[in-house]
Amino acid sequence: MSETAGGLRIRGLRVAFDGFVAVDGVDLDVAPGDIRFLIGPNGAGKTTLVDAVTGLVKATGSALFGEQELLGREVHRIARLGVGRTFQTAALFEELTVLQNLDIAAGAGRSPWAMLRRRGAVPDDVAYTLETIGLADRRDALAGTLAHGQKQWLEIGMLLVQNARLLLLDEPVAGMSHEEREATGELLGKVAGERTVVVIEHDMDFLRRFARTVTVLHAGKVLSEGTVAQVQADPKVQEVYLGHASDEPVAQGAEA
Amino acid sequence: MSPRVRAWLGFGLGAVVLFAAAPALLTDFRLSLLAKYLCFAIVAVGIGLAWGRGGLLTLGQGVFFGLGGYAMAMHLKLADAGEGDMPDFMQLYGQLDELPAWWAPFANPVFALAATVLLPMLVAFGLGSLVFRRRVRGAYFAILSQALAAAMVILLIGQQGTTGGTNGLTDIEGFFGYDLDDPVNQRMVYFIIAGVLLALLALTRQLMHSRYGELLVAVRDSEERVRFLGYNPANVKLVAYVVAAGMAGLAGALFVPAVGIISPALIGIVPSIEFVIGVAVGGRAALLGPVLGAVAVAWAKTALSERFPGTWTYLQGAMFVLVVAFLPGGLASLWGLVKRRREAAVPPAPPAEQPVLVKEAAA
Repeated sequence: MSETAGGLRIRGLRVAFDGFVAVDGVDLDVAPGDIRFLIGPNGAGKTTLVDAVTGLVKATGSALFGEQELLGREVHRIARLGVGRTFQTAALFEELTVLQNLDIAAGAGRSPWAMLRRRGAVPDDVAYTLETIGLADRRDALAGTLAHGQKQWLEIGMLLVQNARLLLLDEPVAGMSHEEREATGELLGKVAGERTVVVIEHDMDFLRRFARTVTVLHAGKVLSEGTVAQVQADPKVQEVYLGHASDEPVAQGAEA
Repeated sequence: MSPRVRAWLGFGLGAVVLFAAAPALLTDFRLSLLAKYLCFAIVAVGIGLAWGRGGLLTLGQGVFFGLGGYAMAMHLKLADAGEGDMPDFMQLYGQLDELPAWWAPFANPVFALAATVLLPMLVAFGLGSLVFRRRVRGAYFAILSQALAAAMVILLIGQQGTTGGTNGLTDIEGFFGYDLDDPVNQRMVYFIIAGVLLALLALTRQLMHSRYGELLVAVRDSEERVRFLGYNPANVKLVAYVVAAGMAGLAGALFVPAVGIISPALIGIVPSIEFVIGVAVGGRAALLGPVLGAVAVAWAKTALSERFPGTWTYLQGAMFVLVVAFLPGGLASLWGLVKRRREAAVPPAPPAEQPVLVKEAAA
C-alpha cells in the first residue's frame, strides 16, 4: 500500500433504512489531494454517505479508496486503511488530556508490549501535530475543558496522527467564531495535498473561501458537481436552495 | 511530591498496615476476618479496573470467584482425603463408586493452582469474545453476567453428588500440608492474601497508567470514536474483563483456606452484587477506592449484622443508593472534594484586598 494520498471513487452507493432510501445511487470521484465540499439541504444524505464510507452503516455499491474497497469492512479496519472522520459534535475523550487523546489516535498499530507500558517521551508525530493544530501549550489540559474551536482542531489533529490519508469532516466549523473558521480553513489547506479531504458543510462563506471542488447532494442523489463557481451557476442548485423555478432567469449565479 | 514517589509511599504504608500493624493489633479471630475481607478486596481491584476504568458493569464476578474457589477447594479436599480416596461428602452421599474424571486432575497441586486463575480467565475470554464483538454493553452486559452467576449456582446445587450441592465443599482441614486449625498457619494464609493484594494493586496501577489504561478509559467514554481510530474496542474490553476474572478467581482460591468453605451461597447473585456495592462505595475509578470500599462494606456487614441482624440488607441498600446518588465517585472522591473545597476557600481568604476592591468599585 503506497503512502501517497489515494483518491476516493464511489460507484452506485445506496443506503436504505427500512425502505427509506437515504443515499440513492451516488457516483462520486474525489481526486487525490483535493478539498471537496459536500453540500445539500438537510436530509440530502451527506452524513449518511460518510457513514457508509466509514463502515458505520451498511451500503451497497462500491467505495474505493486508492485500490481498496471500503464497503463491507469493519469500522476499525477501514480506519486502519487510512480513512479518518470527525463528527458533527466533537467526539473526544473528554476525561483524558490533549496529549493522551493524540497519543491514543497515533497508536492503533502499537504492539501489545508497547501498550502495556507507560508513554515515555512524546512521540514525534504527536509533538509535530500539537504545533500544527496550535494546542502545544494546552497539551496537558483535559480535552473536555477546551474551547469549542480547539476541540474541532484536536479532532483534526487526531486524524493527522492517525495517519489518515482520506479525511472526512462533518461540519467542522459549525458553531465557530469567524477567526476560528479562518484558522480551520488554513489548517485544512495545510493538511490537504498529501491527503484527500472531504468536508460536509452548510456555511457558504467558508465554502467559497476554502473549497476546491464541490458536490451538491439532494434527496440522496448527486445534483451538481464542479468548482464553486460552476455549482453556484447551476440552475438546478439554485432551485433546490432558493426554490426558484429552473426556467427563471438567474444571472447572479456568476458573482462568485 | 511526584506521583511515583507518592505511589511508593502509599505502597509502603499499605505494607506496614497489612504486615505489621494489623497482625500486632488484631486478635486471631479478627485477623482471619480481615483475611476474608482482603479476598473481597482482591475481587474489587479487578472490578475497579473493568468497571471503573472500562465501564463494564461486571455483576457476575461471583462466577469467577467461585471457579477459583472450587478449583482450590477440590484440590484441598482431595489432599485431605489422601491418595486414591474420595472426598468425605462423596462417600457420604454414596452415589459414586469412583472419583469423577473431571475431579482427577485437581489432585495435582500445580494443575489446581493454575486452574484457580486460568479457568476463570478462560471462561471470561470465551464469554467476552462472544459478547463484546456483538456489542452487548451497558445494562445488557450486566444482566448477562447476573444470569451466568445464577446459572452457575443452579448447576452446582443440581450436581450434589460431585459438587457438594448447597453445602458446597466444607471442612477443609489442610493447606498444602499445613494444618488450617493452627493459628500460626491461619496467620500465614493471611500474609499470603495480603501479599497477593499488594502485588495485584501494583499490577493494576501499572495497567492503569500504561497506554492500555488510557485506551481503556477512552473506550469507556467513547467506544465509537475509538473504533474510528482503528482499534477494535472488543479486544480492549476483553483484556480488562479477563484480568478482572483472573483476580476474582485468585481471590476465590485464597478465600478457601482463609474461611475453610466454598459454597453456592458465597458465589451467587447476592455476593456478586455485594462485590460491586463495595466498589461503588469506595470509588470505582480510583486504584484504592475499591479496596477500601470492599473492606469497609464487609466489615460493616459483620459488625452491624452481629448487632442488628435482619436490618443489614436495608442498610447496605441505603448505603449504595446514597453513594450512587450523592457521591458517584465513592468515598475515594471525598479526599479530592475536601481538597478542592479548601483550595476554593483560599482565594477569597485574603480579606485585606477585598474591601479595597469594593471601595474602588464603589468610588
